[in-house]
Amino acid sequence: MRFYDRRSFLSALGIGCLGAACLGSTVLSVEYLFPNSVLEPSPKFNAGPLDHFSPDSVTEDLEHKTFIIRNRSGAIYTMSAICTHLGCLTFYKQEEGIIACPCHGSRFTKEGDIIRGPAPQPLPRFYAELNDRLQLVVDRSQVVDQKFLLKV
Amino acid sequence: MSVWIQKIRSWGPVRSIYRGGGASSNLERSLTIFNNFFLHVLPVKARTRSIRFSATFYLGYISFVLFGILVITGILLMLYYRPAVPHAYQDMKDLKFVVSSGMFLRNMHRWSAHLMVIIVFLHMLRVFFAGAYRPPREFNWAIGVILLILTLLLSYTGYLLPWDQLAYWAVNVGANMVNATPIMGPSMKLILLGGHSIGENALVRFYVLHCVIIPSFAIMLIGVHFWRVRKDGGIVPLLKPNHGDISSRDHLNERAGPNV
Repeated sequence: MRFYDRRSFLSALGIGCLGAACLGSTVLSVEYLFPNSVLEPSPKFNAGPLDHFSPDSVTEDLEHKTFIIRNRSGAIYTMSAICTHLGCLTFYKQEEGIIACPCHGSRFTKEGDIIRGPAPQPLPRFYAELNDRLQLVVDRSQVVDQKFLLKV
Repeated sequence: MSVWIQKIRSWGPVRSIYRGGGASSNLERSLTIFNNFFLHVLPVKARTRSIRFSATFYLGYISFVLFGILVITGILLMLYYRPAVPHAYQDMKDLKFVVSSGMFLRNMHRWSAHLMVIIVFLHMLRVFFAGAYRPPREFNWAIGVILLILTLLLSYTGYLLPWDQLAYWAVNVGANMVNATPIMGPSMKLILLGGHSIGENALVRFYVLHCVIIPSFAIMLIGVHFWRVRKDGGIVPLLKPNHGDISSRDHLNERAGPNV
């Protein structure tokens, strides 16, 4: 009993090669769509000397979309300024002492907790430390607990 | 008048263009349509009740004309617009205030785009209430749904190109909606933006999607859509209330024959 004559063997081989080429080019095309390097600011950045941030102040670093907040006792925490709803840039309302999002009206306390939706999550805090020249270094890639405070 | 048309049509070179002689008989008039690349998608004859304004409100045709306006004005706008972060916003402002007729072209493009979304939506409503999504037209309804999605995607991708605050944040919101898709969301957002946030890569990707990829699919599907209107038996006028529960297949059988 013959499973393959020459004609069907060659056509199976041809279709197989064509299939492999299609699969390969699809994989390569999808890989091509993902960028290997992106020119974006580093998640770890130097926010400047500590004495730029006076006690009981809220500073917004627009370039890095980060709030640098120093409370009355002088402790510092850094928090994302990107709304957890759909990613708009929030801003600090000095007169009301709250953080608001201009896109869909979410409001947060200075601590990052939600006052009003539609934001589903509080604003996350980032790990921050002082370097040997007393400058504040923030790492946006390290999300820390909502109670994190940098005592200085 | 018709004598002159016949004479011109029988003249060698013109005869060659039309691939036939003068339109002196119904057969020759039919052949004029069949043999013409641009006309062959149209039916040779149509019933007066299906080309009445009240049958379709010409919504599909108006969408097509708007699409044509968008292609022409879009190509002209491409001559002055550079999809790069240092230039995009400035070029958009130059189109408004420096380029001759630039403001007119930009507004034509913008208002036609808004109008096209409305008209395509109304067209869909008309087709729905005429029952024209029923067999044998269900495939054409599906193509129409894809065309509606392409229309919305064209609006969305075009939104980023002026590179102003509204564009940036609106597309930011849209990209985060994509990000919320289960499992594949973050990868889809990365492919769409070419990065983690909206920047140079995102602008170029949206430009290519807006000017090349989505219009190509739209033109192809519009061609199939029109061809299927004819192949599926032409236009279904709105049903009269006393017809009761009549399907569009019955409606076709009721006629002398399919309108080919």
